[in-house]
Amino acid sequence: MDNVFLYSGLYLAFLMLLSLYRPVFGPTVVDRMIGVNAIGSKTTVLLILIGLIFHRVDMFVDIALAYAMLNFLAVLAASRYFQKRKGLYDEPPYR
Amino acid sequence: MDIIVCLLLFAGLFFFTGGAVGILRFPDFYSRLHPAGKLDTLGALLAMIGLALFNLHHFSLGTLLTSLKIMLILVFVFLASPTATHAIVDAGVRAGLAPWTKGEERR
Amino acid sequence: MASQDQENLDDKASPGSGDMTPPGPAARQRRLFAYPFIVTFIIMLGLWLILSGRFDAFHLSLGLISCAIVSYLSSDLLFASPKITGLLRQWGRFIRYVPWLMLEIIKANLHVTYLVFHPRMMELIDPRIVKFRSKLKSDLALVTFANSITLTPGTITVYVSLDGDFKVHAIDKASGDPLPGAMEANIAKAFGEV
Repeated sequence: MDNVFLYSGLYLAFLMLLSLYRPVFGPTVVDRMIGVNAIGSKTTVLLILIGLIFHRVDMFVDIALAYAMLNFLAVLAASRYFQKRKGLYDEPPYR
Repeated sequence: MDIIVCLLLFAGLFFFTGGAVGILRFPDFYSRLHPAGKLDTLGALLAMIGLALFNLHHFSLGTLLTSLKIMLILVFVFLASPTATHAIVDAGVRAGLAPWTKGEERR
Repeated sequence: MASQDQENLDDKASPGSGDMTPPGPAARQRRLFAYPFIVTFIIMLGLWLILSGRFDAFHLSLGLISCAIVSYLSSDLLFASPKITGLLRQWGRFIRYVPWLMLEIIKANLHVTYLVFHPRMMELIDPRIVKFRSKLKSDLALVTFANSITLTPGTITVYVSLDGDFKVHAIDKASGDPLPGAMEANIAKAFGEV
């Protein structure tokens, strides 16, 4: 069962690498925000998987809870912050 | 028991894959939000239910509390994810991004 | 627009305050405010017990004191109106709504996953903005409706006004068409607004 969790965690890390394309190349700022949010929601599951691999779930579950809240707050704060800066969206589309 | 856990975990990973591929493939910002915000939510739901079930193998007060905490994360994700999606959409709308319609080239 | 919203706010606020003032005496008011305090206290205590995980006298008394302080300070935030008499019945109806929502979410998720993995995806999707007006009245029902729409893939709530004007971004015709219908009826049933 440990091996299953190990390879699931590796696959999840690969998916996070895949969605890193959007934050790096995304045409607008909101596209980058979508990518960051998706990576954060995958990280929450990955943290619990790491806890199961190391047999310390009781410790890692608190970190996962804190990370979920932090991710939510970061997205809210970033979207409220970028609402007021219209000029930022004028960057040329990336083709 | 292990089979149910593996099934739930793999279903969650499948929806996560859908979310990651959807972010890469969809043509514009509004349609990218569909897989990003919600396939990830269902994936997290299935995977976390599986992990909470696996955690209950050796039943004691400690593991029960840990599983309850995982369920708490789940409830929080279910409340927070639509709100975060709505905040991002609001930022996009106020910036004046026009939705992609059929026939245009992808951005 | 803003003045119209303001009028609506006043309309919503007036029946509650009208209920409060005629009986007058402060004792009745205090008794009405006690229920939100107790409910908030129980929720906070449950959260404390799950999160701390220790059951000795020191941690329990610490939790009791902090939960009492927090729920005294913020009980009026969690329950905006002091009359919550039908609370248990309300929660029962709401819990009966959750499995239907789950089924709907899973069905729609499979639809979006099919779209994502389809090789000719660009021809299948047809994004559009759907506008409609909802019949729901209370703020909580509107928020639940908007969050349910956003949770069901294929549709995202872009804009909600206080009167129930919705703008929804739908990814194709199949997910955008049946919008106000069944989900609104179910939420109206769950909040007792038939």
